Amino acid sequence: MEKLFSHPSSLRDVVTHYCPGCGHGIVHRLIAEVVDELEIREKVVAIAPVGCAVIAYDYWDFDCAEAAHGRAMAVATGIKRVRPETVVFTYQGDGDLAAIGTSETIHAANRGENITGIFVNNAVYGMTGGQMAPTTLIGQKTATTPHGREINLPGMHGYPLKISEMLAQLAAVRYVERVALFSPPEVNKAKKAIRLAFQNQIDNLGFSLIEVLSPCPTYWGMPPKKALDWTREVMAKEFTLGRIK
Amino acid sequence: MAKININRDKCKGCLICISFCPKGIIVLDENLNRKGIKPVKVKENEECLGCAMCAVMCPDCCIEVYK
Ligand SMILES: Cc1ncc(C[n+]2csc(CCOP(=O)(O)OP(=O)(O)O)c2C)c(N)n1
Ligand code: SF4
Ligand code: SF4
Ligand code: SF4
Repeated sequence: MEKLFSHPSSLRDVVTHYCPGCGHGIVHRLIAEVVDELEIREKVVAIAPVGCAVIAYDYWDFDCAEAAHGRAMAVATGIKRVRPETVVFTYQGDGDLAAIGTSETIHAANRGENITGIFVNNAVYGMTGGQMAPTTLIGQKTATTPHGREINLPGMHGYPLKISEMLAQLAAVRYVERVALFSPPEVNKAKKAIRLAFQNQIDNLGFSLIEVLSPCPTYWGMPPKKALDWTREVMAKEFTLGRIK
Repeated sequence: MAKININRDKCKGCLICISFCPKGIIVLDENLNRKGIKPVKVKENEECLGCAMCAVMCPDCCIEVYK
């Protein structure tokens, strides 16, 4: 019998600390598969975020650096400029990329840094206990929005922030796509998008960002399969899937 | 002919693979794994398609597929 599917060699064969059904595990694997397929394992440098994926460097078997919360794009900029032969990507949650790191994200994109961003949008701050994130949906209950995120007073929490659409407006940005993980075809599409985002960098085409709608069953208070369904039925209605630029 | 191998000590019992198997041949294993949780197992003598849907959806990369 021939082996059709097993874990990619760029992904360590270890038990991760992620909760059962967490989307981070799938995204880690897709990145590792792309790194193997493009044969860039000796050239790739990941920038791990602060968030649930803070120890992603224990799971990938290639070079990684760790950035202060939100600063991954700035660290990636430095590494890529000093070592242009590397393939540098950031791996960031919505709190990291679209809240505390908004400034670093926007300016790296606006400069057209030749780097790749993998943006894991799970609509909450997972690591710190499920607080509201910029991407939390209207009405979504979180630790800091116990009655649901609301537009009007008293909460006046603002609208779900569409940072991918915002970045796509910038002249220097090459490629932005939003993908999801709720079915095998969607996972395959996500992998294709991640692959193109890496290929663009190898071809010196500039800044690429892939946003992945990813389940956080723990802080959505749902069983894993239901959380996947929620990304399709609720999240993807607000955060439209497909190529943005 | 196809088959899958499940790494039962890596499995977190999220049951996502069960939802996506078109043949319904993955089931809960009542015997705890090393982590103390109920993993999943394959029903014996059932036909596997080798479609890899379970493996593609597994968040913890526990499943190998052979064909
Ligand atoms: C400077 C700083 N401020 C705040 C924190 C606390 N903190 C840790 S992770 C996090 C948010 C993580 O959320 P997200 O980026 O969405 O990632 P997730 O955990 O959901 O994957 C915050 C606010 C910190 N570690 N450092
Ligand atoms: S808290 Fe949410 S994002 Fe963090 S590991 Fe658990 S499921 Fe994943
Ligand atoms: S490979 Fe397909 S048929 Fe076989 S166990 Fe996995 S999902 Fe079921
Ligand atoms: S999807 Fe993976 S972790 Fe979840 S129950 Fe199946 S084998 Fe276990």
